[in-house]
Amino acid sequence: MLTYILRRLLYMIPVMFIISILVFLTIQLPPGDPITKMIENQRLQQGRVFSEKDIEMMQARFGYGDPLPVQYTKWIGNIVLRGDFGYSFYKREEAGKVIADLMPLTIAISLGSFIFTWIVALPIGVLSAVRQYSIADYVFTFIGFIGLAIPNFLLALILLVLGLTTFHTSFTGLFSSAEIQQAPWSLAKVWDLLKHAWVPMVVIGTGGTAGLIRIMRANLLDELHKPYVETARAKGLSEMRLLVKYPLRHAMNPFVSGFAYLLPYLVAGEAIVAIVMNLPTEGPTLLNSLLNLDVYLGGGILLLISFMTLISTLLSDILLAWLDPRIRYGN
Amino acid sequence: MTTEAKNEAQDISEEGGVDLAAEIPVMGEAAERFAMAPQWQLMWWKFRRHRLALVSLVVIIILYTVAIFAGFFAPKSADPTELQTPSYTPPGYAHQTEYINAPPMPIHWIDNGTFAPYVYAFKKTRDPKTLVETFVATDTKIRLGFFVPGDRYTVGFSSVPVCPPEWSENAICKLIDPVLGFVKTLAFTADIHLFGPINPEDPFYPAGADDVGRDVFSRLIYASQVSLSVGLVGVFLSLLLGIFLGGLSGLVGGWVDNLIQRTIEVLRAIPDIPLWMALAIAMPPRLDPVYVYFGVTIILSLLRWTDLARVVRGKFLSLREDDFVTAAELDGVPRGRIIMRHMVPSFMSHIIAQMTLSIPGMILGESALSFLGVGLRPPVVSWGVMLNKAIDVVVVINKPWLLLPGLAIFVTILAFNFLGDGLRDAADPYHV
Repeated sequence: MLTYILRRLLYMIPVMFIISILVFLTIQLPPGDPITKMIENQRLQQGRVFSEKDIEMMQARFGYGDPLPVQYTKWIGNIVLRGDFGYSFYKREEAGKVIADLMPLTIAISLGSFIFTWIVALPIGVLSAVRQYSIADYVFTFIGFIGLAIPNFLLALILLVLGLTTFHTSFTGLFSSAEIQQAPWSLAKVWDLLKHAWVPMVVIGTGGTAGLIRIMRANLLDELHKPYVETARAKGLSEMRLLVKYPLRHAMNPFVSGFAYLLPYLVAGEAIVAIVMNLPTEGPTLLNSLLNLDVYLGGGILLLISFMTLISTLLSDILLAWLDPRIRYGN
Repeated sequence: MTTEAKNEAQDISEEGGVDLAAEIPVMGEAAERFAMAPQWQLMWWKFRRHRLALVSLVVIIILYTVAIFAGFFAPKSADPTELQTPSYTPPGYAHQTEYINAPPMPIHWIDNGTFAPYVYAFKKTRDPKTLVETFVATDTKIRLGFFVPGDRYTVGFSSVPVCPPEWSENAICKLIDPVLGFVKTLAFTADIHLFGPINPEDPFYPAGADDVGRDVFSRLIYASQVSLSVGLVGVFLSLLLGIFLGGLSGLVGGWVDNLIQRTIEVLRAIPDIPLWMALAIAMPPRLDPVYVYFGVTIILSLLRWTDLARVVRGKFLSLREDDFVTAAELDGVPRGRIIMRHMVPSFMSHIIAQMTLSIPGMILGESALSFLGVGLRPPVVSWGVMLNKAIDVVVVINKPWLLLPGLAIFVTILAFNFLGDGLRDAADPYHV
């Protein structure tokens, strides 16, 4: 098991390397050099002229003026070796600090919707399969299809409107007030967060839940009619024990490997829902940084959310190996 | 085998168990018909059993028909100001400013006991205390009718000539020229609309107006042209990439397979919307709308070909070992012919099902990007571009009809999902 985990960890390195190149190329795509543009903007808007020394410093730090491969090496080198994500010209702050402020909440919301998806999808999927063609099955299948078909930004928008018109509360943001958001972490702050965070979690999780219910239902249905289930039943195993011990274990495999792709999906959903609901997470900041050619902030966020999803793939693989010895010992 | 014969067989089997002796030969006949039926027939029978998929197919056909003949189905044009030329002022253009943000007009179908649809014209009033603008219905009835004249519109590809000048010697062109000489391009222009005000100058807002007084309902119909075609074009591009790379992966194997599989894993690890956002923003801002459209479509397919590639690869891998492929190989059939004539047709139905299931993702992606304002931009009108006006909650509360494009997206995606499910079941007709 340990060697398996180690091998998967080593395998992540080249993948992360390729992703970092992709991200770097993506943020460099807009025409023109972002730093030159920034210098120009500063001069035009604030009359601030960069001294020779500033430019030299920028060359040393970001490889300003160097060819792209050198810039890339400096960029990724700073991140990996020093945790230095560069400077956000738009926010006038260290990009690393902006990201560090955003990431905990982003991860919390993504994980929250992840747990929501799992807690909801697993029992409903099992129920839909065991009681196939029952009213509950039809109702959940129907709701699942609706969840799959409604764009989550639209769902967010509709919930915001419902919140304001019917419940007279605002679902925007994650905290009751800006003071609480600025305040240091305390039990009261966590409680306030929980009170607000469930709405985006449900919104983000809905589509994924619908997909997972369908996966679970289809896989369990395949297993339920196999002879070994009949045998176990004939031997007098109770229905519940039978279900949990045999067919469910089989059906869990695609379910677990399915969630390797669930987190990228949730993070992507999070980005757009956060923009609509104005959450203090990476979504709105990413959009703004991309729109304003704030390359280091945008690149850092893109890199980190890709990293997050890679970790989730790793976790799902480990879970899969733990569940299924064939994967652990096979090639 | 005809459909009636199948129905007959079904009818008899449904009565089943009443008279066994009479049933068996017929059943045998039905079974034989079943065995003799070509594959597409089997697929159709299987597909037909999936009621929701059948309904969805009809819905999708209707949606695309409306999109192709948008000008005919839309009572007004998407943007009357754009149609205006020195020689042509679109009718109804004048009242546009009076109806800014007007709510939907309820249509009354019966007038004095006879069928005579009409709507009441609106008048803008201002609340003296709160100064809020509201629209109140006046007594003026605007008569509506079917097949009424209105804004001029074009259906088809007005930029594609039927017989370009350099083809004037072409035999077919010579043949059709005397008969259809007036048809210059693959398009026709007309001004008859399915439904609308009898007097084209009258305002008609069945689904309300937007912030510059354009008819939301007509825009919804025009927007479907872009929103529905993004899915098709995007899936087509993904299909090309997916079949090529997936096929290469499955057929060649070895390090090529390894490389392509790792690429797919990398692409699937990146959350799509953030990357789409980055790529869409990287497009030059003052690009021609046509290029923006194709740019967005290419961006969407860049991440979405992986699903198709995986299906294609899996199929190639499993088929490579199949008996009929071995038989063809032993017969000395060239490799290219084996692939094109034996392998590809045997999994084409799976590909079509997978494609149908990929379309919703494309439509969702486009609308998400346009909704955020980084995808398609006005003057292009798509459902996402329309929803962009509803990005603010306060706007939605005051003008809920701006969310209608969301309903259109919802219906389309639901229909494609059901259709894809039905096709996937039907793609394997021998699987019970």
